[in-house]
Amino acid sequence: MSALGPELTETPMQRDRATTIYERSVEGRRAATLPAADVPEPPINELIPKNLLRERPAELPEISEPEIVRHYNRISRRNFDLDTGFYPLGSCTMKHNPRLNERVAALPGHARLHPAQEPKRAQGALELMWLLQRSLSEICGLPHVSLQPSAGSHGELAGLLLTRAYHADRGEERHKVLTPDTAHGTNPATVTMAGYEVVKLASNERGGIDLDDLRAKTDDDTACLMLTNPNTLGLFDENIAEIAKIVHDAGGTLYYDGANLNAIMGHSRPGDMGFDIVHVNLHKSFSQPHGGGGPGAGPIACSDRIEPYLPRPQVVRREGQNGGEPSFDLDHDRPKSIGRLRGFQGNFGVFVRSYAYMLSLGGDGLQEASETAVLNANYLLARMSDGRAGRYTPVAFDRRCMHEFVLSGAPAKRELGVKTLDIAKRLLDHGMHPPTVYFPLLVDEALMVEPTETETRETLDAFAEAIDAILGEAAEDPEIAQGAPYTTPVRRLDEVAANRNPVVRQRL
Amino acid sequence: MLDAIGVGSVDELFEDIPEALRLGRPLDLPEGKPETEVYDLLSALASRNAHAEAETSFLGAGMYDHYVPAIVDAITGRSEFLTPYTPYQPEISQGGLQVMFEFQTAMSELTGLPVSNAALYEGPSAVASAAYLAIGATGRRKLVASRGVHPHSRESLVTYGAGYGSELVEVPLADGITDLSALADAIDDQTAAVFLQQPNFLGAVEDIEALGAAAKEHGALVIVACDPVALSILKPPGECGADIAVGEGQPLGNRLDYGGPSFGFFCAAEEHIRRMPGRIAGETTDVDGRRGFVLTLQTREQHIRREKATHNICTAQALNALAGMVHLAWLGKRGFVELGELLVRRTAYARERLSAVDGVELLHEAPVVREFAVNLDAPVAEVLDRCAAEGIGAGYPLGRDYPEHENGLLLALTERRSRQDIDRLADALGRAVGDLRGEKVPEGVAT
Repeated sequence: MSALGPELTETPMQRDRATTIYERSVEGRRAATLPAADVPEPPINELIPKNLLRERPAELPEISEPEIVRHYNRISRRNFDLDTGFYPLGSCTMKHNPRLNERVAALPGHARLHPAQEPKRAQGALELMWLLQRSLSEICGLPHVSLQPSAGSHGELAGLLLTRAYHADRGEERHKVLTPDTAHGTNPATVTMAGYEVVKLASNERGGIDLDDLRAKTDDDTACLMLTNPNTLGLFDENIAEIAKIVHDAGGTLYYDGANLNAIMGHSRPGDMGFDIVHVNLHKSFSQPHGGGGPGAGPIACSDRIEPYLPRPQVVRREGQNGGEPSFDLDHDRPKSIGRLRGFQGNFGVFVRSYAYMLSLGGDGLQEASETAVLNANYLLARMSDGRAGRYTPVAFDRRCMHEFVLSGAPAKRELGVKTLDIAKRLLDHGMHPPTVYFPLLVDEALMVEPTETETRETLDAFAEAIDAILGEAAEDPEIAQGAPYTTPVRRLDEVAANRNPVVRQRL
Repeated sequence: MLDAIGVGSVDELFEDIPEALRLGRPLDLPEGKPETEVYDLLSALASRNAHAEAETSFLGAGMYDHYVPAIVDAITGRSEFLTPYTPYQPEISQGGLQVMFEFQTAMSELTGLPVSNAALYEGPSAVASAAYLAIGATGRRKLVASRGVHPHSRESLVTYGAGYGSELVEVPLADGITDLSALADAIDDQTAAVFLQQPNFLGAVEDIEALGAAAKEHGALVIVACDPVALSILKPPGECGADIAVGEGQPLGNRLDYGGPSFGFFCAAEEHIRRMPGRIAGETTDVDGRRGFVLTLQTREQHIRREKATHNICTAQALNALAGMVHLAWLGKRGFVELGELLVRRTAYARERLSAVDGVELLHEAPVVREFAVNLDAPVAEVLDRCAAEGIGAGYPLGRDYPEHENGLLLALTERRSRQDIDRLADALGRAVGDLRGEKVPEGVAT
């Protein structure tokens, strides 16, 4: 049995059982000292009627500052993170987050700028937003940008509401949105939220859209086609021009899910491919730290025919008069706009970080980032194409990939008795984050690997070797992977029980 | 590496992109710059913003200049919280999952509702998400919102509603609070939900219980958008009959950041748990019996349920929610109440001080927590300019959102605004209004 095998007794982290901050609470302890009241202090119920006031205070922890710090430091160590190790989570683009971006986002002029500050006194912020809009416009090949959506899913919703507004303005009512079977789950979920009906498109043997299926399902009831390109298999759809033509000829719009923009920055542009609306995940391609699942931002770029409907307010640049400096403003006067999708101007702090990232890399650097991302993915794919990985976890579509690739663990399951889940869990014992698993759905036992451009060849080699070791180990004793992980703060968790009887807050 | 792949150049790796669709030129963006120059450029942009360190700001309207304790930066800046993604692999994500669980507990306590998710994007879109739940739960499509609900929330309801197919009916305010009889008249058997805000946009504390009763009669859900800091002292919506409480989380541990990122919270009655949007962490055990946490009820979510999902959201604004949780722990059970009481008393003082100024009158006299509205007998835009020249951000002009209050001004307090600041504001406002009293708004000046 391996040295990491099941006989291993508990690690120190495992012995340190989870304790919540509420369980560390001791009556009377505290951290904060608030400013003294420098104004008259009447009883609160003389200022607000008693029936509108709380009868008892909210139960919050009572805990000193050193103990808060210790608590969160301790539990932070129960997380695996990108700064610690390889994180090839497909579709999520876990690239390095330069700390400069954190520093500039924290400047008081950004961090303490109130969102309702008058535009004339927030010129730096508006100019930054305008510059970011122009940069995204150039990268996407589309003339107009709204930074408002808060995340990719929010950008998708914006895109379909724009589509709806566009058709409605032309006096048309269309009901169907096409999404390929490789689509992210957000796409069909967004379609429903936007009041449309999902029509699923089949993939062809090359992993792209089946053109016959597309032709058969595209008609005058087609509102939009939502597409990711390169798609979630990491493959560029070579027929994209034909796809765009089919949808446009039927009067539909083309929506580009920018989840995989990182593969093609500076090489190809969604606008040039014929897309009308694009969302960009700033937290993926433009390096906003993922934060354990947010924040991000999902700006959208669009063509001229969609522009009138963009969310309001829109950041605009006004030329100076008589040779004066240009100024920047928020334009609320957009009568055809779909309206607001959220409060204020969007996730400005994310804009600062992504703009800093763009300035650091420059146009040439962004292009090189894509090249290196694609190079790294192809190198890792090549490393895993033969030997045990090639046999038990072969690539799903035998083509050159873009920035990520999808393996199928079906042979490993069939021949070794270890599922993709087991391989993923065993990777945890190797100190690596597993790839995205069981997605896309059309690949049996899928493993979706996205190394990104910020990883070294040594790291890629180590990953290939870890997979090889896991498969070799499984050939001898599949139970090791089936019982993994062994070294993590907790081992496999009972998700079924958690669903059946949800405990979603502490009982106090 | 190219040899291992079996190609001669990186260009070959891009061969799947049809020739006609290749850009074939460099991006028209500036060249890359060294770190020091990028810092200088962004610093120069930042210096052109009148931020809350450069002036004494009374701006609120949904986001507030609270003091963010230093430990928030220290903890959220840790790589272990800053750089992972959504906890898809719970065995190596226990830190983040436990934070979600603690956060859900705290938000549930604040709102008095048993179930909280692990946060949404931000406030107004959380309001719109609550509408989606209500439509699904009731099968009805009419939404009724008080005019006291944040204008951005009401507008988001309309925007999202174009997709849901809902219609929004607005109920006016009377003396600063939601007009109860108008509300009752607006609700019928087609009403999915009634939207209220606590305190409302003009700062007034609403009687949620009384307002919600009309909705209950017709089987409509009561959805309350709340300022989480005000819930330190106000009766929680869950104890006032609300089915859902949502809101903007920024006042808890998050910077102003010119509007984001922050987080939205979403709490509900138990019966709605399987319709909730967003991530939810749940407690469970591992194979050896150790306590642990997982993302739970994932069959609600888009990555499992696709077009049948309860929402399309993937984001939990986890880092922002962590900031909120650390801030709440730092304030603690007693400090949180003390903060609320301090705000109420300083706001009462500010209200009294300002209402004594000639040409300034209260827009309403309803009870308030930390924000109140006044009417100026002078063009508000020019008054704001005068105050700004004295280093004071006097507040939020109401005219764009409430044309009926053309010269209305909304002012907010935080613990950072002292009595001295309030006195300075009153003096500056007095001088500005005194000088400009009775003047007409010049043409072309937005109010």
